[in-house]
Amino acid sequence: MNRLGWRKAVNAIMSAVTALCAVTAVAPLLFVLGILAVKGASSINWSFLTQLPKPTGELGGGMANAIVGSGQLLLLAALFGVPLGVAGGIYLSEFGGWGVPFVVRYAADLLVSVPSIVIGIFAYAVVVVRMGHFSSLAGGFALAVMLLPIVVTNTEQFLRTVPVWLREGSLALGAGHWKTTISVVVPAAMQGILTGILLALARVAGETAPLLFTAFNNDYWARGFQQPVSSLPVRIYEYALSPYDDYHRQAWAAALLLLGLVLIVNVLSRLVLAKKMASRRIA
Amino acid sequence: MASSNTAVGVRLPSAPRGRWRWLGGTKGVDLIARLVTLLAALSVLVVTVWLVVDLWQKSSLPRHQFGFRFLVDRVWDPVFGHFGALPFVYGTLVTSAVAMVISIPLGVGAAIFLAELAPRGLSDTLTFFIELLAAVPSVVFGVVGVFVVVPWVRTSFGPLLKDVLGFTPLFQGPDYGVGFLTAGLVLSIMVLPFIVSISREVLLSVPVELREGALALGSTKWESTWKVVVPTARTGILGSIFLALARALGETMAVTMVIGNTPKIVASLFSPGYSIAAVIANEFTEATGDLYLQSLVELGLVLFGVTLVLHALARLLVSATAQKARGAV
Repeated sequence: MNRLGWRKAVNAIMSAVTALCAVTAVAPLLFVLGILAVKGASSINWSFLTQLPKPTGELGGGMANAIVGSGQLLLLAALFGVPLGVAGGIYLSEFGGWGVPFVVRYAADLLVSVPSIVIGIFAYAVVVVRMGHFSSLAGGFALAVMLLPIVVTNTEQFLRTVPVWLREGSLALGAGHWKTTISVVVPAAMQGILTGILLALARVAGETAPLLFTAFNNDYWARGFQQPVSSLPVRIYEYALSPYDDYHRQAWAAALLLLGLVLIVNVLSRLVLAKKMASRRIA
Repeated sequence: MASSNTAVGVRLPSAPRGRWRWLGGTKGVDLIARLVTLLAALSVLVVTVWLVVDLWQKSSLPRHQFGFRFLVDRVWDPVFGHFGALPFVYGTLVTSAVAMVISIPLGVGAAIFLAELAPRGLSDTLTFFIELLAAVPSVVFGVVGVFVVVPWVRTSFGPLLKDVLGFTPLFQGPDYGVGFLTAGLVLSIMVLPFIVSISREVLLSVPVELREGALALGSTKWESTWKVVVPTARTGILGSIFLALARALGETMAVTMVIGNTPKIVASLFSPGYSIAAVIANEFTEATGDLYLQSLVELGLVLFGVTLVLHALARLLVSATAQKARGAV
């Protein structure tokens, strides 16, 4: 084979090899989705969604308290994390000078990269030790610590996509800095900010490690925010490692439920954002 | 008061002065809004500092008692109050190494295809799916790991490796399914999206002029990619690898579920092991006594320190590439 032929052959082979890499990288998602659907779908039924867990050894039972518990934890996390995060993001994008935003951005970046189990230790030290027992408050705090930097970063990014001339127009009409921010800039970025919050919630919804020794687990309904609370991820973890087939069946079902919710939020948010970006490009 | 009058009588906003000057001369509602949002932004900083200080303070006992030997001592014996973290450090490093060996070639290859060789539509679709993989909760990977990957490694993949590579110390001994190899396999899938999506972006940031130059000189598509584009993006790709490594080192649930949870230091990848994150997850609620608990906190601190350094390096490398790419034109 001549030199050119060889080079063309290498070109073709390497294209095929890298294409194979790309396909291999996509395959795990489809595999995970497929196997969860096969193993878990048949177990997602009314009693699974509405009943409390049965004692070990008895068949049946459900995850109602874990589903509600996850919601409760996310609510707590959002209560702490979203207002602080959005306000912080507004400061970084609209009010910040040079120094504070630089440091805060760096801290947010750092906090996002902290392994989630370490966040769990932190929440344990801060809340559980002080209260003297596990509680949904501690779990909510742990998730809020994970949520906060994501919301700050997302909010700042979406506010920055708002064109400068919108701000200039508002300022030229005599509106103050805050008035401009709250009635022009934030509404213009609202859709992005909200999807950012949803994505952040979806991200922390699947976290298990920070809940293991903060929210702990509970076989019954948790009343108020003082008691330990069950959550979907912790329940999945516990059931998957148990030696009982019926628990395994429910672990599959709960994993499918969790993954389904997380993926639906992700897909919808990404579609919305992609559309938004496209329209911005035309404008 | 706060405005000065010019000769023609037009009121101009005054330059900031007086006690509130450092706020940039805003007032009234603006001032309040600025202060409130500033506090919110600072909360991120406060939490971060608080976390570091808290972890540092709550791990003083083992630090004083064991010092640096903590990291190289291979005996972890809660009953006798002797804590050495080497088996966990070893397990964390080995599983991450296995993960990187698999995910680096796969991820960089995929990124090259998506950024350089694939048609735009196909590239966008595949990237969408790969980035979704990053959204899968780690406990879900754990479930698939426990029920699918572990039996597969025990019955098919392990024996196959033993037949082919059994002469090396890495693939000897009994294969229980759970262990370093399985944990590394699951980890490799989990960190893959980080390598692919960041490497792809770094490659896309390389100016198109460089590609055109290479193609104009008669190189094939692959030659322009491999000899021009990839070297330009090299530091950024390295950054994406560091980021993935940081994820792999800190990953908890999936590893805990498939690593076997046995503190061992052996060469065989088939052997069950333990990792830093896994021991924290398993023993934290059962830790009796301050020294035990604080040793676990110190492990958390070690994990935090390592990911911190890797993350900073990764950021530096990725932004360095972005600057280089801008400067290249």
